[in-house]
Amino acid sequence: MRVTRDLDLAEECAQDAFARALAAWPVDGVPDRPGAWLTTVARRRALDVLRREAALRRALPMLVVDEVEPDPAAAVASEDEVIADDRLRLVFTCAHPALNPDAQVALTLRLLCGVTTAEIAKAFLVAEPTMAARITRAKKKIAVARIPYRVPDAAQLPERLDAVLTVVHLLFTVGHTAPSGPDLVRGDLVERALDLARMLRQLLPADPEVAGLLALLELTHARRATRTDDSGRLLLLDEQDRSRWDHGAIAAAVLLVRESLRARPPGRFALQAAIAAVHGEASSYADTDWREIVALYGVLLARWPSPVVALNRAVAVGLASGPEAGLAELEPLGSEPALATYAYLPAARADFLRRLGRYDEAATAYAEAALLTDNDVERAFLRGRYDEVKTASGR
Amino acid sequence: MAEYLVLIYENEAEYAKGDQGVFDEVMKAHNDFGSTHGASLRGGNALQPTSTATSIRGTRTDSVTVTDGPFAETKEALGGYYLIEAPDLDAAIEIAKQVPAKFGGVEVRPVMVFD
Repeated sequence: MRVTRDLDLAEECAQDAFARALAAWPVDGVPDRPGAWLTTVARRRALDVLRREAALRRALPMLVVDEVEPDPAAAVASEDEVIADDRLRLVFTCAHPALNPDAQVALTLRLLCGVTTAEIAKAFLVAEPTMAARITRAKKKIAVARIPYRVPDAAQLPERLDAVLTVVHLLFTVGHTAPSGPDLVRGDLVERALDLARMLRQLLPADPEVAGLLALLELTHARRATRTDDSGRLLLLDEQDRSRWDHGAIAAAVLLVRESLRARPPGRFALQAAIAAVHGEASSYADTDWREIVALYGVLLARWPSPVVALNRAVAVGLASGPEAGLAELEPLGSEPALATYAYLPAARADFLRRLGRYDEAATAYAEAALLTDNDVERAFLRGRYDEVKTASGR
Repeated sequence: MAEYLVLIYENEAEYAKGDQGVFDEVMKAHNDFGSTHGASLRGGNALQPTSTATSIRGTRTDSVTVTDGPFAETKEALGGYYLIEAPDLDAAIEIAKQVPAKFGGVEVRPVMVFD
């Protein structure tokens, strides 16, 4: 990026490097540090293009790059360090709060991961010209408003890093439970989000929230093989075969969680990772430390109040203290506008009602939840439960 | 370096019902801002309230209309601006964060450069 100083060229080169990786890696094997390899290829490609098109480049909008003071230490900086710096700067440009949130995600995929506009459009269920226009608008704003290509200073870093982590988390969430469509998981988005989180961990090894986010994604990803059965039906935590979880990944992520929780007060990703770690370490659903989970959600809710977190806490209360207590916690959330079309609320209520043997009410709640989800796999699950409780209530 | 216009949008009603204390407080805040960021300031003005505004549509045509009031009725109206110079958007945002806007907020717009 610092080589090209121009977003369009950087974008082409990133994509080109990925194309070369697809061709070279199956033959030569994946290099030790694929991220660095990609950037090196992209830089070489950029230099080629620059030499050829030096004249044309002057006509294109330039990125704002800090004038670099000649620094004797920089002269001996290794190629790897330069690459790391460049990628980190690019992360902060793509996830700049002055850009539209959708555009932040799209730019990150496009410029850091080399994903094509067509693929990004497909992943976010918009037409390709729409996505292309969104990316063009964002790039134009970067150039015209002079969004800098720089790692923010210490005072701004926490806030700006939070925006970066939010983008990566959103990418993972969209990939993990595809909002609509036939498959539960969009694997490519999940992989990209994990790559980005691992890259950030390499670039900012001392940051507790980076550790927290990476741990959260790794812990969730470690359960991927067990989230659906062979026919594609959704399996809840209590039905998953825990022997098929990736216990190596869980153990590694738990170390990251401990590290991330050392921050006082702990950040939101550290807390969510801690919750995922409690699940990951429980030998069975029944053995899960639900009281610990209720407590962690309580801390999360106190500092980052959100109806969705309140819902998760209510569900945990139900599992710690019984379905009656859970229903009582869900009760006030029914009037929460943000949850009015959120399928997980009636789904949670339905589950507690079913456990209490209140099958008629459970059936109504399952039907409501099935109406509200757009994910085919989730809907099939909810319809299945609906049929079960209908049969039970008829008996 | 680039120029940015920092547009101050505030709820005029709050000023209309504010007393001398509010006025003094806001004046002091702007004076403080001016002395702290004088080196970046290229201009700035406060505007009279939108009740004094006149809108003209169809300029340079045969069907010009002149009407009473601001161009668009909004709860938070343009009440003043600063023209600042900054190396990039992050620097401009840092300055804009210090602009007094007790009853609203500010919008940062890059000034177009014709070359």
